[in-house]
Amino acid sequence: MLEVETLSVAYGAIQALRGVSLSVGEGSIVTLIGANGAGKTTLLRTISGLLRPGSGRIAFDGREITGRAAEDVVRLGISHAPEGRQNFAALTVRDNLLIGAYPVYRRHGKAGVQADQERVFALFPVLRQRERQMAGTLSGGEQQMLAIGRILMARPRLVLLDEPSMGLAPLVVREILKQIRRLPEAGTTVLLVEQNARSALAIADRGYVIETGRVVLAGSADELKRDPRVQAAYLGRATKGPPSKGSGLAITQE
Amino acid sequence: MTIYNVTGIINFAQGEFAMLGAMVLVSLEPLGLPLPVGVAVAVAAVALMGGLVERLTIHPARRASPVTLIIITIGVDISIRGLALLVWGTDPYAISPFTAGPPLRVAGAIITRQGVWILGTTALVLAFLYVFFEHTYPGKTLRACAINPLSARLSGIRPDRMSLLAFALSAGLGAVAGIVIAPLTLVSYDIGLGLGLRGFVAAIMGGLVNPAGAVVGALLLAVLENLAAGLFRAAYKETVAFLVLFLILFFRPHGIFGGGARGGL
Ligand SMILES: Nc1ncnc2c1ncn2[C@@H]1O[C@H](COP(=O)(O)OP(=O)(O)OP(=O)(O)O)[C@@H](O)[C@H]1O
Ligand SMILES: [Mg+2]
Repeated sequence: MLEVETLSVAYGAIQALRGVSLSVGEGSIVTLIGANGAGKTTLLRTISGLLRPGSGRIAFDGREITGRAAEDVVRLGISHAPEGRQNFAALTVRDNLLIGAYPVYRRHGKAGVQADQERVFALFPVLRQRERQMAGTLSGGEQQMLAIGRILMARPRLVLLDEPSMGLAPLVVREILKQIRRLPEAGTTVLLVEQNARSALAIADRGYVIETGRVVLAGSADELKRDPRVQAAYLGRATKGPPSKGSGLAITQE
Repeated sequence: MTIYNVTGIINFAQGEFAMLGAMVLVSLEPLGLPLPVGVAVAVAAVALMGGLVERLTIHPARRASPVTLIIITIGVDISIRGLALLVWGTDPYAISPFTAGPPLRVAGAIITRQGVWILGTTALVLAFLYVFFEHTYPGKTLRACAINPLSARLSGIRPDRMSLLAFALSAGLGAVAGIVIAPLTLVSYDIGLGLGLRGFVAAIMGGLVNPAGAVVGALLLAVLENLAAGLFRAAYKETVAFLVLFLILFFRPHGIFGGGARGGL
């Protein structure tokens, strides 16, 4: 459904992605794991149209979308929940959801988004209790739920989730991941970026490991969980110490 | 202010929209329309001009820095004044008060009938802005853009469309202001400058993002101006706005009513 081919992105002189290729199959959960500064956020921002790549191409449903503006990409069915939640802090939870539905709302009006809102409330019931509260006053976990619920309101076929577990207690992380895991059965494919490799691999079908702008490993979630290099570097079974930049993992992309 | 909240641009041409509102109303007079219809036509025409100005000047430069865009609005200000000079000449025009009659006495103070219209219109505009921003979808969309432009774009909101909406809305409201105060002053092609300056100072006093704060700022400014005129000389009235502007920018850049935390946009 999503094909990324040899994508390179730079911020001025800083090369953040160096020829990244990956693919996400319809109805699956694919995770991208990597340490701080590996380029995970850069990749998501490029897919959703916030950044323009220097080279490479991005295709969605076989159609090239490289370099499209973010406002258009969301209309094609890709929604991005950015790092750090980025809700509309001074709007209520309800209004955040309505703004999230913007393209749908403009076509079908308020009645057209009612069912989507019920779906979000079914996924995260606490949001219904907080409906009239300002988004900025929610707890971290609730804000993350709102960030995901908000982008689901646009009826995406693919969601890009950037570190939903960041800064949250393990119990809350488990709750959120449980709901992310249910997204494919409702027709939403997931590309999940995480530093928390253990949680991500627990719900993913496939995964990629990215280091300093390059994909260094790819495989099914089970393969990655068993891979000694992943275990050492990302699952905390320290046999060789923490991952260092460019830590020489063999490139095993198929 | 709406433009500032949405786009981060201070529109120095705002006073010209007030002038245009009054001038268009003057030009409509020969048609003999009833006043409310004339006002509605003038306000709609100026809102349209505001949209046109955005498309012709801001839109082509939308990737430029806010400072560049602000300078463009200064150029727009000068251009509109020049065009108004060509269309309407230098002669001042008079608009008669909306309701004729002697001034009213309210609790010992004397207030002209047009003054009552001004206060009433201000209250109406504030109420309109409140309802628009709190209870309508386009209003909430504009606020979303102001609060988080990144998430707004990711939600599919087109920033250039919002900028157009903000300009048209602000121009329309500016026209309302120009029309309602016109009967108190004469209308000529160059009144926009003074109005724009006072509006800007009032908005700064209110912290730039808060319409109600700006209204209080405007009242304070008016009181100060008339105090200066009464205590010293009438000519000093004109300098008060500049003086207040400098004092505030030096000592209270976030406005004198605090808040203004959203000023970063
Ligand atoms: N706006 C920017 N300007 C310049 N360099 C940037 C910018 N954003 C990111 N970078 C650099 O690009 C590289 C990749 O950053 P990116 O944010 O994509 O990493 P990440 O994998 O998301 O990290 P984290 O896990 O900390 O979120 C880093 O070296 C970073 O310093
Ligand atoms: Mg990141």
